[in-house]
Amino acid sequence: MYLQIMGQVKQRVAVGDWEPGQEIPSIRQLAVSLSVSVITVKRAYLELEREGIILTQQGRGSIVAPNPDLAPRLYNEEFSEHLEQVVRLGDLLGLSGEEIAHRTKEASNRLSETRFTKETL
Amino acid sequence: MSNLSVQFKGVSKKYPHFALENIDLELPTGSIMGFIGANGAGKSTTIRILMGLVHQDNGAVQVLGQSMPSQQAAAKLDIGFVSEDMRLYGAATLAWHMDFLRPIYPRWDQPYADKLLRSFDLKPHQKIKGLSHGQRVKAALLLALARRPRLLVLDEPTTGLDPVARHEVLQELMAVLADEDRTILFSSHNTLDVEQISDQITFIDRGRIIDSDNKEAFLDRWRRLRLVLPPEASLPRLPGVVEVGGSSRLPVLTTNRFEPAMLSVCNDLGATVQAVDTMTLEEIFVANVHCRRERLTA
Repeated sequence: MYLQIMGQVKQRVAVGDWEPGQEIPSIRQLAVSLSVSVITVKRAYLELEREGIILTQQGRGSIVAPNPDLAPRLYNEEFSEHLEQVVRLGDLLGLSGEEIAHRTKEASNRLSETRFTKETL
Repeated sequence: MSNLSVQFKGVSKKYPHFALENIDLELPTGSIMGFIGANGAGKSTTIRILMGLVHQDNGAVQVLGQSMPSQQAAAKLDIGFVSEDMRLYGAATLAWHMDFLRPIYPRWDQPYADKLLRSFDLKPHQKIKGLSHGQRVKAALLLALARRPRLLVLDEPTTGLDPVARHEVLQELMAVLADEDRTILFSSHNTLDVEQISDQITFIDRGRIIDSDNKEAFLDRWRRLRLVLPPEASLPRLPGVVEVGGSSRLPVLTTNRFEPAMLSVCNDLGATVQAVDTMTLEEIFVANVHCRRERLTA
């Protein structure tokens, strides 16, 4: 459950809902508004702090870390995660490294084609 | 002042066909404890001892700094208690009950009671006997909450509620915790509710506490490992294994002391770790009860 909360916070930071340096809800406030136990939110905040996404100051609450390139970093992390998933599934299907790379290229071509058709419409 | 709202030390109670044995329990102020057990495990007896309704044979019970049962009158001013066998007067309305309680409890909060009427969707002038089960539970909760007690003790508050009512109740319970001086203990056999809102979790079975820890630690140390063993290899000996299932070549180990280092131990012994599955609180509870019962009969 704490992973879900971490995901939500990261997303809000990535889309700019919560800006760098902005104060974010206290652990208790967020727990109450999500109806999730305090200890779960505390765990999520601890992990977020370790990843450098938020800063917590004793007695003064938490803020989003003043790091301007947070969004690219978060997208990068998500990208690596998805890539690992792709490789794992490829392994399960018995595909070689080249075949996986080839399929990735194909997918990318398909995407740019649909983008192209949308633009011409 | 102590930062424990509830403390049991070596509490026992014997009945002809059931015994509560050596119960130790600690509930820090500002947190919620989910108290999980099968039917007849001893949840309600423990709660009755906490409330001074049943007197323990041995052991000490402190609630909000008062010792139970001797100082129960003082303690109860600050405890809100709701249980299934506590009935409201059928011929009276909820408004009548509120008027009845208001002069007794100095901290009665009428604006909060009005807010709860709306969020629980209750009609104050309807007679209790015309209410559904869910509405009665919510009415009893409203009467307990509006007193603004420092400790809420709820025996099965969500049992028999429909999903909408359950959601409303859980939300109000969490809202209570916005104030860090308030504490909740609730019993349930619905592990989903407990998993969602509890900070502390205690499992009870056959009159004994079988595990008690904070929820994150609980969920972290229980894992199911799916292994593939080469022919003639023996099962790796891992700490905390409570259950071995699956087949001899594809064993499934359940451990309550998981550490990532276990994976390399398995690999060194020639076993392949196919998956490390996290477990839900329900799976943990069932595995915990099984393993203890097996040990008792062995």
